[in-house]
Amino acid sequence: MKKSKWRTFLIIAVVLVTIYYLLPLMFTRDTVVCNIEIYDQSDSLLKSITGEEYRVGSKKYGDKIDEMLAKTKTNEFLEIRTIIPADVLADVKVSPEKLQQMQTVKINVKNLKSEVTLPSWFSHKTLKLGLDLQGGMHLVMEVDTSELPKKDAEYAVKSALEIIRNRIDQFGVSEPNIQLIGDNRILVQLPGLHDPKRAKNLIGKTALLEFKLVAKSDDIKKAIENLDQYFQENYSKYAFLQEVKEGEEAAVESSLLEDVKDENIEKEKVENENIEQKKEDESKKSEEEIEQKEENQHSKVFSSLLASSQNELIVENENLPVINKIIKLPELDKILPEGIQILLGKANLEDPYGPRPIFFLYKNTELTGKYLKTADVSIGQGMDPRTANKPYVSLEFNNEGAEIFARVTEKNVKERLAIVLDNVVHSAPVINQRIAGGRAQITGNFTMKEAKDLAIVLRAGKLPAPVEIIEERTIGPSLGSDSIKAGFISAIVGLIIVILFMMVYYKAAGFIADIALVFNMVIILAVLTMFRATLTMPGIAGIILTIGMSVDANVLIFARIREELKKKRGIRSAIDNGYKRAIITILDANITTLITAVVLYQFGTGPIRGFAVTLSIGIIASMFTAILLTRAIFDAFILNKQRKTLSI
Amino acid sequence: MQFFSETKIDFISKRTIAFIISGTIILIGIISLIINNGPKYSIDFLGGTLLELDFTPVDANAESIKIQDIRDVLNKYGYLGAEIQEFGNPNYILVRIKGSKIVGKQVIDILQKEFPKYTKKNMNEFLRRQEEVGPRIGEELRGKAIKAILIAMLGIIIYIWWRFELSFGIAAVIALFHDVFITIGIFSIFGREISLPVIAALLTIVGYSLNDTIVVFDRIREDLKIYRRDKFKSVINHSINETLSRTVITSLTTFVVVLSLFLFGGSVIHNFALALLIGIIVGTYSSIFVASPVLVEYYERSGKKSTLIKR
Repeated sequence: MKKSKWRTFLIIAVVLVTIYYLLPLMFTRDTVVCNIEIYDQSDSLLKSITGEEYRVGSKKYGDKIDEMLAKTKTNEFLEIRTIIPADVLADVKVSPEKLQQMQTVKINVKNLKSEVTLPSWFSHKTLKLGLDLQGGMHLVMEVDTSELPKKDAEYAVKSALEIIRNRIDQFGVSEPNIQLIGDNRILVQLPGLHDPKRAKNLIGKTALLEFKLVAKSDDIKKAIENLDQYFQENYSKYAFLQEVKEGEEAAVESSLLEDVKDENIEKEKVENENIEQKKEDESKKSEEEIEQKEENQHSKVFSSLLASSQNELIVENENLPVINKIIKLPELDKILPEGIQILLGKANLEDPYGPRPIFFLYKNTELTGKYLKTADVSIGQGMDPRTANKPYVSLEFNNEGAEIFARVTEKNVKERLAIVLDNVVHSAPVINQRIAGGRAQITGNFTMKEAKDLAIVLRAGKLPAPVEIIEERTIGPSLGSDSIKAGFISAIVGLIIVILFMMVYYKAAGFIADIALVFNMVIILAVLTMFRATLTMPGIAGIILTIGMSVDANVLIFARIREELKKKRGIRSAIDNGYKRAIITILDANITTLITAVVLYQFGTGPIRGFAVTLSIGIIASMFTAILLTRAIFDAFILNKQRKTLSI
Repeated sequence: MQFFSETKIDFISKRTIAFIISGTIILIGIISLIINNGPKYSIDFLGGTLLELDFTPVDANAESIKIQDIRDVLNKYGYLGAEIQEFGNPNYILVRIKGSKIVGKQVIDILQKEFPKYTKKNMNEFLRRQEEVGPRIGEELRGKAIKAILIAMLGIIIYIWWRFELSFGIAAVIALFHDVFITIGIFSIFGREISLPVIAALLTIVGYSLNDTIVVFDRIREDLKIYRRDKFKSVINHSINETLSRTVITSLTTFVVVLSLFLFGGSVIHNFALALLIGIIVGTYSSIFVASPVLVEYYERSGKKSTLIKR
């Protein structure tokens, strides 16, 4: 009896763990916060809806999108072609004929909220889908270190890894997987990617480290004014501007002008507000005035995208899509004052959805990574509380670079020098004095990690060895969803046939085996979720194969029980002996299969590993379900009634 | 319900016929391999480019694209060795270009330029799949695949040696090589490609066939102790017959699910499922007609007695 107590305990434990991991997967996520972009036939943006809370099922954007949103995971990009209801596009000036055509819709789900909220202690893990099921890009790159000494080779590969990671972060793919494989290869996996060509170009590009001066306040002010004015005049040309929530200009203006302390502007602002106030009082008096007011309403489109924090201009996460579009406008050069450019600062790794700094720089490059000799992390010495025991990044230029650096710093004391890598500003320290000797320090309130990162990035700017793409696999989302469907159908068909067969062949006992079989499938999914393993198409094949193979254990047991029954034994002893004899065989047979699965895992890459994983889980789970679980059911069956016959 | 009750088929005496059948199939496979210059490796192992493209016409009433047209265009641009085929749907076209250069991007650009009526503007729908493998990776993978199969075999021999005895391990591995060779041979005869998933299928076949073989061996081990005085040959016959029902049923359930995978699993998984289908049939056959008869052959020729009898 003690043995059966343990068994009951184990079965209950497995059931609980399974529920813990699978229940959250079953609740449909009812509300999503998403970005939706609608493009017409010729790929130009008609409308973009940013950060909208959207209830799945309301069919606001049509059935097809609704269906997609229901399936979408956080941070997944989806692209479909469908007909958008006219009212969604109502404020877009398109001809009715165009509306009837298919539009491309890109959806990026930012957040999912479940209406039915489970207690917070429930698992929040989701079943991860492989690239072959959700679409995406798999790249293997090789760093050519053949011409480098061994010591430098390792360093070269690490730098290359950093550069690539850096670039992918900029590209904005969610949940990228970037890792080193072997000595000199870099694996990059970008799930749910919808522009593989662009991604590849970006990754393959050479890294560019530049030093540029941050524009003086007057120039920044001028630039923002120019932009505001331009977008006010051409408001209707840019559909995405509708997403801008206007009316926060006051905060930005004041912060920007803090160091200038320009009282005139303050006054102007007050006047402006007064005018607006008056306007509102007199509103709706005539059409003309309404139009005028409308014009005025859009007078601060650009500046309302900006905010300020610690004397630095920043862009909140929600405004980033619009800012990114503006920065990429080809006509931006003409709008900005001569010689000014806009670049974004580095995203905060610890807070990827936080605001990002934005910089107005002088286009002229003062110094490039070409002249950088090395960059390292050091810890400050001495008594100065500002630097003592704090990590900083030290740079060393070569002779030529040192000369340029000395000249630039001499001319621009008290100005800020931006360190730009691949068009992202990593930091912009203030130049305190002329720096000779080609050594520079980047101080600041760095954590050790930040300082290290910065040093790596700086070194990374000087890519020491060429990088070549040696393997690429891209799966389009359409093939991915076809595969999911196909896998699901073949699994269901296989499962139903096997279940029916077992019931016909082994009657009630077959039914017990079927319970074990279904439970086995559930355990595989729960374990995959638990270990955050990835489900791939070969993985689904592994599950399907498990359907066929996991009943084997029960077939073996039942065959033995039948043999025992033929020997005219009692039901209880027939079951006892049947299990006892079959278990040895089941163990031997399954262990050898596990050996091949382990080898398969060792040998395989991505998808094949997925197969080895599900097959292994399936085999182990089948030993639990087909032996322990069925035995428990059999025992309960016999215990309650004095049975003379066994339906097997 | 029961398919086989108390069969008494003399499998062992038919072993010569079985050996001849197996030998012939393997021989045909080897001849095919020689004629075709080895197995037909996919780009996974040779390096090259594979593109699966959706040529659904923009105008819904237009006819599907002709493969010859695509071939002509690619030939015009100098891609002479390109293999072009329909893939599961007349509009889905698979283009394979083997060789050292990665050319996917150029080929996509050419096709988009030359067939505007079929290639949609939206890249995401036109390109269903793109695989490009550098030749060096391919070579490495080939080496790795062979190594993987050999390591698996070695592990199996050691396990069986420990659980049974060495001769059982060797007999099992002979049966496994038999299964792998026949599957590779059939793939060569029908011009199917050996890709990474097919290698995974081969290893699965190894595992599956072994599963079958071990069930029989296990019974042999048990029966050798019970029927000590019987002839080795007749004990083995007895064991095969006792496990026959189970062997057939398990093979049937596994075959059915893999058939379902083959029929409904989609074109990507097709070759993988085919290899498994062949493997399940061959693996079931080999555990009855190859593994155990090889044991009999060994003990009869050497005149030794199995150590399992004494225990």
